[in-house]
Amino acid sequence: MALKHATPMLDELEKGPWPSFVTDIKRMAARKPMCEDLLGLLEMSYEHKEGHWKHGGIVGVFGYGGGVIGRYCDRPDLFPNVAHFHTMRVNQPASKFYSTEALRKLCDIWEEHGSGLTNMHGSTGDCILLGTTTDQLEPIFYRLTHELGMDLGGSGSNMRTPEGCVGRARCEWSCLDTQDIIYDITIKYQDELHRPMFPYKFKFKASGCPNDCVAAIARADCSIIGTWRDKIRIDQEAVRAYVGGELVPNGGSHGFEKRKLDIQKEVIDLCPTRCMEWDGKNLKIWDEDCTRCMHCINVMPRALRPGTDVGATILCGAKAPILEGAQLSSVIIPFMKMEPPYEEFHEFVEKMWDWWMENGKNRERLGELIQRLGLREFLKAVEVQPDPRMINTPRFNPYIFYDPADVPGGWERDAKAYRERHHA
Amino acid sequence: MSEEAKAKILEYMKTQKKTKLYFNDLCKAVPELKMREAKKVLNELVEEGKVKYWSSGSTTLYMLPGEDDVAAEEEKMK
Repeated sequence: MALKHATPMLDELEKGPWPSFVTDIKRMAARKPMCEDLLGLLEMSYEHKEGHWKHGGIVGVFGYGGGVIGRYCDRPDLFPNVAHFHTMRVNQPASKFYSTEALRKLCDIWEEHGSGLTNMHGSTGDCILLGTTTDQLEPIFYRLTHELGMDLGGSGSNMRTPEGCVGRARCEWSCLDTQDIIYDITIKYQDELHRPMFPYKFKFKASGCPNDCVAAIARADCSIIGTWRDKIRIDQEAVRAYVGGELVPNGGSHGFEKRKLDIQKEVIDLCPTRCMEWDGKNLKIWDEDCTRCMHCINVMPRALRPGTDVGATILCGAKAPILEGAQLSSVIIPFMKMEPPYEEFHEFVEKMWDWWMENGKNRERLGELIQRLGLREFLKAVEVQPDPRMINTPRFNPYIFYDPADVPGGWERDAKAYRERHHA
Repeated sequence: MSEEAKAKILEYMKTQKKTKLYFNDLCKAVPELKMREAKKVLNELVEEGKVKYWSSGSTTLYMLPGEDDVAAEEEKMK
């Protein structure tokens, strides 16, 4: 099909072995003039080596302060069909369980009211519907809510759409009901999800076990990661079967051929805390030294399983590298049972938000605020005692913070003079 | 109380040089209110159409309906 605009540079992106987004947009351009103009605008951006989108503006549908990201083209004279090209974020079902019927319906609605282009899924987890006009926002929202029972997700300075791993629905290692936790957060904090109130974005992500399949520790301001506080369950017969070559290691992830597992080299020596021992017949684990890295369980899934006294570790402060560089979450609550109705968790969340709202600067993520004011201030605000599990090496990193008010006589110190001698 | 706070916020917005303001900045207009209460007042102002949201996609700001308005910008495109 002949396109309205010549796209020699974009055409280069169709070559090679990988699927091409250019091919996808061209396919859609046969039915949607919006997609033709999108290709033309993109080609022009490549030619000029600068973007032609003006971002910002509209935020949502009536009563909502998020879920729509306004995008406008700065050359509507050349590309009138993408003069408005707003993005809609649709809250995905927990763990992304859809029926094919729901997905077809979602695509039909989008093709009727928007460009038909989707991004399934965005890094927030939402279904991203790319490109529609302002007058179509309310009709789309009406059909999403009435025909599909789906809602818009979070954007801007809102709580963002919470995301969880597949959890107990399909994973034998999950220590948490991640779907229920995500549903609870979504419903409990509807106001925070749809109406902006924070200094910046705030993300929750829940992983059922320390394998952390949704990368909560790297991406969420509040990461909920499943763990256990009793012992790893061991089936010694199955351990011997791995060593004897009767079972395929790693659940077949690295090849299905049967081979003898070198348990010393592949498991024991790779344990980060050296908390395991193999005497040729039995595997011994000193669980008190285990840091829940999951390596041994991943290698021998038929022999080892997480314990049965399960719950979650709550970590805070992860973010991507926009202002201060990437940051991983830090352990704040080493173990919480995380059982419905999750009251303990809600209390923690609300204390955390109050502190962030009172002290956070504009566009300052929770992790950056903790870094600026210190972990001690954060722990005081959320009423959690310092714990050696919050840090990497307790003997080297001081984790007990004395407050002058708590010590008889107190003391005074000149923080500015200290910083002159010890640069941060 | 709510009406008084609304008036203070609107007055504050009118006296600022910037057309778009962060939530934290608007809270300065009503220091007697807790942040969550201030947010409720702002939501009411948005519902009444006296204040509008503006979002870059990652951050949300508040503005008075006026010239620097998305609706006005869209009108120009027609």
